[in-house]
Amino acid sequence: MEGLVKAAVLALTAVGLSLVFGVMRVVNVAHGAFFMLGAVLAWTVAQYVPGDPMFGWFAALLIAPAIVAAIAATADTFVLKRLNYDPEATIVATIGLLYILEQAALSLFGPDAKPVPAPFNIRLQLPWFGYSGYKIFVVFAAVAVLLAVWWFMTRTRAGLVMRATQVDRQTARAFGINVDRVYAGVFALGAGLAAIAAVLLVPISQAHYLMGGDPLLLSFIVVIIGGLGSLRGTLVAALIIGLSDGVISMFWSPTLAKIIATAAVAMVLVFRPQGLFGARA
Amino acid sequence: MLKLEGVFGGYGGATVLRDVSFSAAAAEVTCVMGRNGVGKTTLMRAIMGLVRAEKGSIQLDRLEIANLPAHEVPRHGIGYVPQGRRLFGPLTVAENLEIGLMTRGRGHAVRESVLDLFPRLRERLGQVSATLSGGEQQMLAIARALCLEPKLLLLDEPTEGLQPSMIAAIRDVVVGLKAAGVAVVLVEQRVEAVLGMADRVAFMDHGQVVETVARQGLDAKSPLFRQYVGV
Repeated sequence: MEGLVKAAVLALTAVGLSLVFGVMRVVNVAHGAFFMLGAVLAWTVAQYVPGDPMFGWFAALLIAPAIVAAIAATADTFVLKRLNYDPEATIVATIGLLYILEQAALSLFGPDAKPVPAPFNIRLQLPWFGYSGYKIFVVFAAVAVLLAVWWFMTRTRAGLVMRATQVDRQTARAFGINVDRVYAGVFALGAGLAAIAAVLLVPISQAHYLMGGDPLLLSFIVVIIGGLGSLRGTLVAALIIGLSDGVISMFWSPTLAKIIATAAVAMVLVFRPQGLFGARA
Repeated sequence: MLKLEGVFGGYGGATVLRDVSFSAAAAEVTCVMGRNGVGKTTLMRAIMGLVRAEKGSIQLDRLEIANLPAHEVPRHGIGYVPQGRRLFGPLTVAENLEIGLMTRGRGHAVRESVLDLFPRLRERLGQVSATLSGGEQQMLAIARALCLEPKLLLLDEPTEGLQPSMIAAIRDVVVGLKAAGVAVVLVEQRVEAVLGMADRVAFMDHGQVVETVARQGLDAKSPLFRQYVGV
């Protein structure tokens, strides 16, 4: 179950990163900071909603990703667009954005880990051992969000416009597509997905201003193994890395899990640099 | 319909178009000819707003379009078939057409009329466009542009690398568009194709339109072709 939860949350986070790279060709180093921001905002929203923790958590699920997406869209408009989405310059810019967001979170929310109560505490008791009902919910919720993303990208006009822009932004402009608006939307969507993942995870792991490092590292591992820009590859790699990370961390050590994941990335970079499902450049 | 006056433009610091003046009228086919690198494709891209005109005026039906954002230019009724087709390769034929239809909010009826012109595409609506043959890809590139119901159609070397039957099919479509009142600007290197379609021929050299000649004044042995195209 630990592995499945990890894989589900990782898939959501990594799909956001992969989407941003696939459509915009931007390596978003601030992606982990958007994840962290989702978690601390979830804690903040939960503080202000009285009554049953379920209300606070569901309010956080709606509000935190929306705020994070708005911050991302603003960052796109005022930072990335001005750099003309130059690949090298945007890497430096998103590193800067990562530090700004982390320091802002430290200043506003403090250095302590913030617990967010789970919306419900149900235990699914089986003869051999029990499962947390919330963790099962996280897996199903992540699958539902991923299906919604797939539906959005393949069945809606907005998704079609994003895919066309991903293929050729110049030709997209020649067919009336406002590429700047698409980029702002994609950057917001990618950050929003990271924030949703964080809101799902925060009742299990608490919110902290430095919590974005691990999801960022694992997301990069996943998109490199899956193939940069390939959503299918991202999902498969998230399942492999998430499950192995969860199982190895549980039965051996988290450090060993990271070593194995990093070794897997090295193998992919040596033998199949375009990733498992990526197109050769 | 389309009028360029004193247009300068290029890429980065390099000026490619130097004081270009050029016009195209409704129900006419204007061919643009010239050697490689003289600025024919840059001219097409400047009209589409994909290359910023640093100086000069580009007017469509007296509306100044030189300063519009590139994505607003096609909404005024300019269809573009770029050199090398530049289809959205991983998208299906139907999805490529949908992008064209969305540009000016056109619907099912327009798609049907376009598919009537290219029945082979109707059989391949669900096929990924990158897997079409070269001729079919060119048909799709033209069909996608026609989904805008353009009043001005820019075609950049549409017959490049195609077999004669496909070239004839494209010529028929261009002639049909002209009869329907569409202004067509065609970048073309093949003299026989130009003589079969053009009403006027504009010759480009060193980033300028240096001479514009009516079709009646040209034949296959005209010295202008040798001078400006090298054939």
